[in-house]
Amino acid sequence: MNLSQNAEANTAGKIRVSDLNFYYGKYHALKSINLAVGANQVTAFIGPSGCGKSTLLRTFNRMYELYPDQRATGEIRLDGEDVLAPGADVYRLRARVGMVFQKPTPFPMSIYENIAYGVRLYERPRRSEMDDRVEGALRQAALWDEVKDKLRQSGMSLSGGQQQRLCIARAVAVRPEVVLLDEPASALDPISTLKIEELIYELKKNYTILIVTHNMQQAARVSDRTAFMYLGNLVEFGDTNTIFTNPSNKQTEDYITGRYG
Amino acid sequence: MEPIHTHISRQFNTELEDIRSRVLQMGGLIERQIQHAITALVNADTGLADAVATEDYQVNRMEVAIDEECSQILARRQPAAGDLRLVVAVIKTITDLERIGDEAEKIARMAQRLASEERPKNNYMEIQSLGNHVRQMVHDTLDAFARLDIEAAIRIAREDERVDKEYEGVIRQLITYMMEDPRTISRMLNVIWAARALERIGDHACNICEYIIYLVKGKDVRHTSLEQIEKEILGRSSPTGKQ
Repeated sequence: MNLSQNAEANTAGKIRVSDLNFYYGKYHALKSINLAVGANQVTAFIGPSGCGKSTLLRTFNRMYELYPDQRATGEIRLDGEDVLAPGADVYRLRARVGMVFQKPTPFPMSIYENIAYGVRLYERPRRSEMDDRVEGALRQAALWDEVKDKLRQSGMSLSGGQQQRLCIARAVAVRPEVVLLDEPASALDPISTLKIEELIYELKKNYTILIVTHNMQQAARVSDRTAFMYLGNLVEFGDTNTIFTNPSNKQTEDYITGRYG
Repeated sequence: MEPIHTHISRQFNTELEDIRSRVLQMGGLIERQIQHAITALVNADTGLADAVATEDYQVNRMEVAIDEECSQILARRQPAAGDLRLVVAVIKTITDLERIGDEAEKIARMAQRLASEERPKNNYMEIQSLGNHVRQMVHDTLDAFARLDIEAAIRIAREDERVDKEYEGVIRQLITYMMEDPRTISRMLNVIWAARALERIGDHACNICEYIIYLVKGKDVRHTSLEQIEKEILGRSSPTGKQ
């Protein structure tokens, strides 16, 4: 009894989504989503293309607002604060909720500046302090040893896997609470993919991580909890071990065993 | 769990169907092995007893081959959910099937020793009866595996309790013979070993029934009492009617 209560408290902690609906113009892309994400957990979102998993991820930092005709209704509470509320500070929200995309997106500037740039958006640290921030972020992204002697080189000169870790370093440099990863390894080779996965495992000590992936084995490897989405619905959400060995929903079973379609 | 139905990858489908049918094939071989071992003992047929040993080579080869196929599926397909449970259940099931084969071989060895000795008046009726009981259990187990029938699996696990009772009865009877006529002791010890092997076969069948429940329900019911299993899996005798 106590155990399950603790588990409940743990999973209910950081983010609470209730009755979230999302529309692309008239298209109803997310249908009354309810879920709770615990702090310092990795939550994976899986499902076929077009199921709404990336859409859901992009609501957590209101990334969708960059596009016209897209709107969300319902609530997403981050530590109890509704991030969808009209008066919510989006600028601050995006500092709290960082994001890394499918294709590495380094800025056309030096490795050092790629990270310092993000930090300067929110604060003005002294030079030596900035050096520490850059080094800290690169270390967290497991990239420091590979780039410490070429910080002034262009971020674009790195390999794809290094570029993606640079983007992760850039995201964590501003000290967010939540990191959103949208297919972070799908453009990478298997070794770089494993490095990113290893990194996710390390990062969850400090951050709450939400990851969208098409690679189900990746979801199984990196996440604590897995959400299966289909046609805009959250079909099943549970402990990753259970989802991958004994899911309770037939649709989930069909999808993860490759019988979907 | 639904019976296995179509995968997007038909090749994967074929592979899963293949390990399933090979388990049943191996099971069929083992059923015959048990039958031969019992007949060899009851009829003092040393030729048939030799055949059981030969069959055991075949069983061992099948175990190795199915094991390898399972490893390959794990490595190449990374099965999940019901597929994963099938592969895990198959790996475990064939281990128990192979052990059943070993027990049958033991019975055949006892048959060889007993063949040259004096026969009792009842012609080892007790071994025949216990043997048939156990062989039927193995047959039903394979049937339950083929049909993914958990109710049958639980029924068979119950049957093992009756096998254990019958075994105890056989042992008591054999002890009585030995006390009545100590000259029969060395012969009766061989009969005891054979009875013991049959009882072990029942235990292995019971293990396989537990894997069937795991395969279908995703619940590990090893080291769980039968009453608990019935309550959890079939939802019986639960006071509120809820599981």
